[in-house]
Order: sequence, then C-alpha cells, then structure tokens
Amino acid sequence: MEHGAKSRYEIPVLIAVVTLTLVIYVARHAEWFGYLQLSAGLSLILMLLVAGSLIWILIRTLDGNPAGRRMVFLYVAVAVVLPLSMQLTQKIEVTPEVNQLYRGLQALPHGAKVLATFDYDPGSAAELQPMAETFFKYAFDRGFKVIIMGLWPQGPAQANMALTKVLSEERYKVKSLRYGVDYVNLGFQSGNEFVIQRMGGEFKSMFPTDYNGTPYDSLPIIRNVKNFSNIDYSFNLSAGYPGTKEWVLVGVDQFGFKMGAGNTAVQTTGMYPYLRSGQLIGILGGMSGAAEFEEITKYRGKGTKFMLSQSFSHVVVVVFIIIGNVAYIMFERGRATEKKKKA
Amino acid sequence: MESGLMHHVALWLAAFLTLGIFSFLYRDNTWYKVCEAIFVGISAGYWFVAYFWDNLYTKFWVGVWVTPMADRPDDWYVLYVGAALGILMLLRLVPKVGWISRWPLAFIVGATAGLYLVTYFASNVMLQIEDTVRPIFGAENDAPIYEIIGNIVVAVGTFTGLIYFFFSKEHRGAFGRAAKVGIFFLMITFGASFGYTVMSRMSLLIGRMDFLFSDWLKLIK
Repeated sequence: MEHGAKSRYEIPVLIAVVTLTLVIYVARHAEWFGYLQLSAGLSLILMLLVAGSLIWILIRTLDGNPAGRRMVFLYVAVAVVLPLSMQLTQKIEVTPEVNQLYRGLQALPHGAKVLATFDYDPGSAAELQPMAETFFKYAFDRGFKVIIMGLWPQGPAQANMALTKVLSEERYKVKSLRYGVDYVNLGFQSGNEFVIQRMGGEFKSMFPTDYNGTPYDSLPIIRNVKNFSNIDYSFNLSAGYPGTKEWVLVGVDQFGFKMGAGNTAVQTTGMYPYLRSGQLIGILGGMSGAAEFEEITKYRGKGTKFMLSQSFSHVVVVVFIIIGNVAYIMFERGRATEKKKKA
Repeated sequence: MESGLMHHVALWLAAFLTLGIFSFLYRDNTWYKVCEAIFVGISAGYWFVAYFWDNLYTKFWVGVWVTPMADRPDDWYVLYVGAALGILMLLRLVPKVGWISRWPLAFIVGATAGLYLVTYFASNVMLQIEDTVRPIFGAENDAPIYEIIGNIVVAVGTFTGLIYFFFSKEHRGAFGRAAKVGIFFLMITFGASFGYTVMSRMSLLIGRMDFLFSDWLKLIK
C-alpha cells in the first residue's frame, strides 16, 4: 500500500483495536487476570525471534525489497514495550560522574540543608522523575533538610509528585517527616537567572512565601536560611533554560556552593566541561544516569526498569541504521548499473 | 482518588492524546492535528496563567495595593518600574506607537548582558581555559595514565578545533592538517551529542509506553 493512501482495512482494524483495548482495560482494572510478565526463558526466545526477523529484513533488503518506514516504527515500539514486561535485569555500571555526585551527597552530615531545584516539566519526566524520587529517598534516609524550588512553573509540581510517591512508601511513612521541618517547597519564581542572583543576597526576597502561601519566616526549616551561605549542597534537575548552566554561571561561580546536577541526555554533553573544571561535583546524564544513581544508592526504581528497553531499542536502531545503509548502497549500485547500460 | 471516575477520565484523556500524537507515525490525520492543537493551546494557556498569577497578581497587585506598607520590602516601589516596562512592551500591539516596546526590550538585553558580561567571562572563558591548560602529568607529576591521556586529548582537541574555526588563513599544509584533526574532534563531539539525543528521545518514548501499558491498561507492573 502506498504511504498516505487509505486502506479498506483501516476502519475494521481500528474498531477491533478499540474493542480489544476496552476489554483489556475493564479486565485489568477489575483484576480478572494478572500482570503480563515474561519469564527469562520466554524473554530470550522473543529477543531471538526479533533478531531473526531483523536478519530476514536485511536479507530482503539485499534482494532489493527494503522495509517501509512503518516497519521501523513498529520494531522500535516492540523493542521498547517487550522489555518492560520481561523479568530480566541488566547489569548497570556506575560511571565516575555519577559516583562523584554520590560521594558529594555521602559526605554531607545528618541534618544538612540541601537545595533541590526542579527546572523541568512533564515532557522530561521520563528521564528526570526517577532521579528526583531516588534523591528524595536518599535525602530522607540520611536526614537531610530538603528545600525545593523551581525556575520552571511546572518544576515544583513535579517535585510534589515525586514527594507524594516517596512519602507514600511505608519506609518513609514511619519516619513521620514533617512539611516545613524536614522539607519545604518554595514553589516557582519567574525571572530565570536573575532569581539566582537575588537569592545570593536573600532567599526571602524571591520567596516571601512557600508553595502554599505560608510566610517564609514561619517555616522552621528555612527560618535561619538567609542565602546560599546557609546551604550545604545544591541538587539541580534540569531540562533546558533556565537550568544547570545558569545555576553554574550565576550561582556556583559567584556564591561558591557545591552543586550536583541531573540533566536530560540532550543537554548532558554541554555540561561535561563544568564537571571537569570542578564547577559541578557530578552529573546524572539522562535515563542511564538515573539508573546508575539508583544502582549506587540501592534504590532501584523506574530508571533501572527502563534501561532494558533503552538498550534493546538502541540495538534495534543500530541494526536499522545498518539495514538503511545496505539499502542505500544497493540503490546507488543499481543506479550506477543503469547509467552504464544507458551509456 | 485513584479509583474515582475522574481518575479513569484523566487516564483515557491522556491515552487518547498520546495515541493521537503517535498516529502521525502511520499517516498525517485529523486526530493528530486535534491533539497537536490542544497541546499548543494548553501550553500557551498554562504559561499565560502561570505568569499572570505570579507576576501581575502576586508581585504587582498584592505587592503594591494589598500588602500593608509596614510589611513591604524597602524597594517595593521598583515594582512600578517593572509594571511600566511591561505596559510599554504591550504597546507593540499598537502599530503607531509600537516602537516604544523597544525600550523594555533594551532594558532586558542590557540587564542580561550586564549580568553575564563578567560571569560568562569568568566561568565559561577563564575557568575553561584554565582547565584546558592544566599540567599534562598532573600538578605533582602523579596523574594516572588515563588522566594524562585525557589531558592530552582535551588540549589537542581544543587547539585543533580552534584552528578549524580560524578562517583568516587558508587551510593548507600543517595548518590544514591541524584543522582536519579539529574536524575529527568536532565530529566525535557531534556524534556523542547525537547519541545522547537518541537516548533522550527513546527515554520519552519509553515514558509514554510505560504510561500506556502500566498506568492506563495496567498490563505491565
């Protein structure tokens, strides 16, 4: 079928898919059957089947029948979804930059004041939310006092989502952590890097109240926090501007506090120069950074779970790059032969 | 509440929008266009509301009119300057006096340049140069072999990369060969950056798939 052309099967297939989805939704929410869990053996067989079918596509390409773009999308989707239900674990090696960040946190004493800045929105949650959850777990277990804020409007809401999830776990329920004493959310403040600049003078000038409108001075955790000199460590989660770069340039270099950062993979390469020069203590880069952070702190969560999908999908992408190049070479060779014939 | 009706409505709405965006992979269609328009509209609306309540209401209205004089900071009257500049910016919508909107823009550019002039130079130039020309064998000649190699790579990469961007001299001879080495370093950097970008996009896809199969359909734990 030509791409873009309508098929007479489209409507029946759509109706079948919607019906099946409704049945699965009702059945699973009513718990008529359990979760889909693929054993290690079955997972291996499925992976071999995918590998075999990719070889078949390569052979078809060599025969002059390249696969369409929808086939690539389908394979990537399968490579992402299948590992989510597999009962396999991937060994995760902790890189020096993650190790450095962890050592920085480990060196802090009980009761240390940590400024957690959330500069991202739901679009980057897949990469940064696992880092946030792991950070909160580690911070609360070590008895750190966590001060949350955001230079992105949705940042503090993302922090609250991570907090709600972590605090609902039995391990943290029994700690009876108190808002305003053990942690506080100062909310969002507009002004980008100028907010950091003003916070260097006085936090209160930028955050006269917290996220809920409670006056700054009535919150015990921050009552004695005037500016960055009263902060022991800063942990920034960033997905762009304003983010880690602004915190380094305007915050770390001017006011001299220690900072570790978790970044989306896209911007991680741009942050490495700051790591080498010591302006950043450590970096968590993308989903692999989140998984490594979970590995080193021993709080295994979604970062670790997603890494199998990440690895499998990367292998599929690499194989399709090879197949694409084979198809290109075949096409070029065919064209050269045709030219020769014409000549 | 997790089991409430609104929870199910929210799940279906999120799934409908997610699948609508994915449907573009099959073919451009109305469903995709509707979802795209909703996304753009909600994003713009969210930012407008967030800035309205944060700036106009909380800072200006409450700061100038509601807060008692005794509770105001010393420089509260600066808010009038901010409000005036904001109004001037809106004059862009009136063609006859639209040129006035350049004043607040000039203020923003000037203030940002002023803030960054020193910080950029200190952080992005001086500290980075200092890091590039660090002693190859370590400060006390005790650097491990991987660090020595790293120091050499950074120094050579920076130097040859800069040569590549020096267009006042023709890239020939030894100069041209150094520029070629610079291109290799640039390509490796772009490759690493692209690899991270692929990982980032895959992460987003994994996030949505996790939502569809874990939160929505509850098929995967």
